[in-house]
Amino acid sequence: MVLAEELAKQQRSISVAEFFEKNKHLLGFDSPTRGVITTVKEAVDNALDACEEAQVLPDIYISIKKTGPEIFRIIVEDNGPGIVPAQVPFVYGKLLYGSRFHQIRQTRGQQGIGISAAVLYAQLTSGLPTVVISRTGTKEPAHKFEIQIKIETNEPDIISEQPVEWDRIHGTRVQIEFKSTMSAKKKLLEYLKYTSVVNPHARFRVELDDESFTFERVSQEVIACPVAIQPHPHGIEFGQLKRMATASDEKLIDFLVNGFSRVGKKTAQEMCDKSGLKATAKVKGLTAEELKNLLAAMQSVAVPAPPTTQCLSPIGEDLIRRGLDKEFQMDFVAARTRPSSVYSGHPFAVEAAIGYGGKLPPEGNAVILRFANRVPLMYQQGACAITECISNVNWKSYNISQQGLPMGAVLILVHVASTNVPFTSESKDAIASIPEIEKEIVLALQDLGRELKTFLSRRDRNKLAEDRARAVCAVIPEIAAKVSEIVEKPVVDTTPIEGRLMKKLIAKKWTRDGKVTIEVNNYTGSDVEISVYDISTDNAADADMPPAFSTEMEGQFTKVWKMAIPKQTVWRVTYTGKGGGMLDIRGVEDTKKMVVDLDV
Amino acid sequence: MSKEELDARSMKALIGIANAWYDQMKDGEIPSISLPTRTKYNIEYDDASEVWKYGDKESLRTAATAKSATHLLKMAYVIGFVKQQLIENRSSTLREMYYISEGWKRAKFGAQDESNFLVEDLEIISDLPREGFHLRPEENGASIYGPMRIREPTRRGLKMIHCQDDVGSAGYSIPNNVENLDLVDHDAKFVIAMETGGMYDRLIENGFDEEYNAILLHLKGQPARSTRRLLNRISLTWNLPILVFTDGDPWSYRIYASVAYGAIKSAHMSEILATPKAQFLGLQPSDIRDYNLPSDKLSEKDVEALNAELTDPRFATDYWKKQINLQLELGLKSEQQAFAARGLDFVTKKYLPARLTEMGVI
Repeated sequence: MVLAEELAKQQRSISVAEFFEKNKHLLGFDSPTRGVITTVKEAVDNALDACEEAQVLPDIYISIKKTGPEIFRIIVEDNGPGIVPAQVPFVYGKLLYGSRFHQIRQTRGQQGIGISAAVLYAQLTSGLPTVVISRTGTKEPAHKFEIQIKIETNEPDIISEQPVEWDRIHGTRVQIEFKSTMSAKKKLLEYLKYTSVVNPHARFRVELDDESFTFERVSQEVIACPVAIQPHPHGIEFGQLKRMATASDEKLIDFLVNGFSRVGKKTAQEMCDKSGLKATAKVKGLTAEELKNLLAAMQSVAVPAPPTTQCLSPIGEDLIRRGLDKEFQMDFVAARTRPSSVYSGHPFAVEAAIGYGGKLPPEGNAVILRFANRVPLMYQQGACAITECISNVNWKSYNISQQGLPMGAVLILVHVASTNVPFTSESKDAIASIPEIEKEIVLALQDLGRELKTFLSRRDRNKLAEDRARAVCAVIPEIAAKVSEIVEKPVVDTTPIEGRLMKKLIAKKWTRDGKVTIEVNNYTGSDVEISVYDISTDNAADADMPPAFSTEMEGQFTKVWKMAIPKQTVWRVTYTGKGGGMLDIRGVEDTKKMVVDLDV
Repeated sequence: MSKEELDARSMKALIGIANAWYDQMKDGEIPSISLPTRTKYNIEYDDASEVWKYGDKESLRTAATAKSATHLLKMAYVIGFVKQQLIENRSSTLREMYYISEGWKRAKFGAQDESNFLVEDLEIISDLPREGFHLRPEENGASIYGPMRIREPTRRGLKMIHCQDDVGSAGYSIPNNVENLDLVDHDAKFVIAMETGGMYDRLIENGFDEEYNAILLHLKGQPARSTRRLLNRISLTWNLPILVFTDGDPWSYRIYASVAYGAIKSAHMSEILATPKAQFLGLQPSDIRDYNLPSDKLSEKDVEALNAELTDPRFATDYWKKQINLQLELGLKSEQQAFAARGLDFVTKKYLPARLTEMGVI
């Protein structure tokens, strides 16, 4: 008894803020290093979501500066719609306060924890309040706030508030200072790069201490903001149903028809019948027991899948390709957007892309980019369903080596968009294993794998042809020269071998004794009219055949000759120079021509 | 064959290759060359010469891809280089040629192996040894010690050398090219070629050569070409029994095989390099058992090698099948110096006399 009383003295409610103070890792603040990324991520997510809602092209400025020993100041500024002054303290100074939690549509942020957790983290490590400036339009002045969170009550603590001059017409700027390190700089830039890939309509300007980076937008189209839908009877839980019922003045049948997606009169009646409730009963008056029966009935009656298109906003195959092209220079990119689908009443869509070659690292595991609702997932790759799906695909059958994960110069992007992304934890690092989602991911990857295989085999064929051309045009003449020297006979002419084997238009370029020669042999059966493009540091001023025109850019001269070459004849030009650079023939299809630089 | 004759034949063969290519190209054809396939699946026993040679399998190298074209180009450069050497009567080592190739641009060798392989290709095509191309191997020959006299042309003139009286305790060093060596005379009953220097020194120290009139030869592991060529010449010229004494493990049996039957890499030269009459003295797997020698367990690699030898045509005799199967059964291997466990004189006083008597040599 005494003990119980003693204990009772200690028992009291815990504020969410207090709870998170003790469980920072749940929100991605487990280490000072990670704190920077989480903060930037939450602020950028909010900015992108806000711009999307306001239908403006995001222009986001991010600055990270060291202001004291181990103290960093993070500023994120957007051109979104701004926040009305009365709401600012709640958005930043109260955990679990948000506009999107109750909506059923694809958004980046959901619970309204992220940015206020950063405010809390700043307050705990540096003791400095967070500074927010926001402006909602030309007619309104900007307001500046200094905010903290009252930890015991989870209420905002406004330290100061005043109107200020601000050059942005609308938007929000948040400045947070906390203890951290910049050891995760590489990861941070990676995060921004990946974010830029899946948000090709956004521009990011970044200042890291003294360095600045810009991730430019490649699309000028504002993305359509996903429209919220009603909950689906199969995807609802008891608590939500109870809350909706309490708030409703309607009769049961109307409540079902108006409150849920894909429920018509007939389906609603069936649900009423199954649960043994009257269609005309007021939902407000239903007991917990009755609601339980109703829920069971709702989930057992067949209901068409929820509408998926308007509540989801997949990036689209074209924009994924452009986004990847912009940030990774690769030889091949293909993207696939799968038709949207549903798991447990939640709409989702899977998108994937594969890139190959170019500047990707040729060895080691493939580069894997995971996204959920356009947000890059930076941690816990091993625990993520996406990674597991990638390992489960048999890449060897697409001519890609594999040791668990695919290996080599391969990039794989997977984006899962959903009204409710099933994360494994609140820090939103990894997607949980949901069979419906996994199936879609694997289908998308297999589809892309086949496309990559086609590309690789075509490339190998071209390689073979090129290899042959190099042997015939570059090496055989050298063999001829050496062999003729050994047998002490006149140098044997190898052009007949070339002509017989290649039956093409062959352009050769070589440099000897400071003279560059370009030779075009027409071994085809017809006369051709072509242009020869020669780009190098040589200006070809003394060319024995002056070019049709010549332009210079940054020390590179582009010389163009236009001419007709009758079949089985040769055209040749010589000028003083160092050679190198690029040579191309235009005016004849790719399969009919071959360009060989003999100096290589 | 005299040096002049060899030079003339080399020149003719090499110019012949170049001429063939010249004619091919003149006819508008891609130059090509045909070579025997150089793997263990293409070696055959030649009854007449009693050695293993390359079989009929040939592969055609055509300059149709950049890789094979470059290979032919390199071959052309080597031919040009050798031609110049023959004209100027100079010679160089394989390694020197590798460095000289630095100036050959596209025909430059990527590694020493590549130039060695290419020279072997030329040997095969021309049916002449590389000495004819004035190319010397880097590897130095091993040593020999015993009652025999040889005459060697040196830079200080012709020298007559007695391989016991005129040499130090380490014996006579076999030169790189033994073609010009004269085998003058001998007072020996047999030759023992040994894998390790330790055993060679033991036999010299114990005076085994004097007691049994034996010529002792140190193979230095896998024997160099000149060592094998000298054994071949001793066997043919003096008709002495050649006995190979190695460690008792699968790798050492291959040393014996290359002495007796020829190596896969140089099967084109087997006729002049192999000594078909060479016999395997030991260490036999049955010796491990009979003498209860200190031994090690066979490793996985050893077992693999033994099994590979069971399918090697060179080991397809009853004797070897019995010995290899016995070793697999025992699961043991021993080094030849393991005899020291029974005292330093055991090998010369007991083992060798017993084994040589059993083989009918003494």
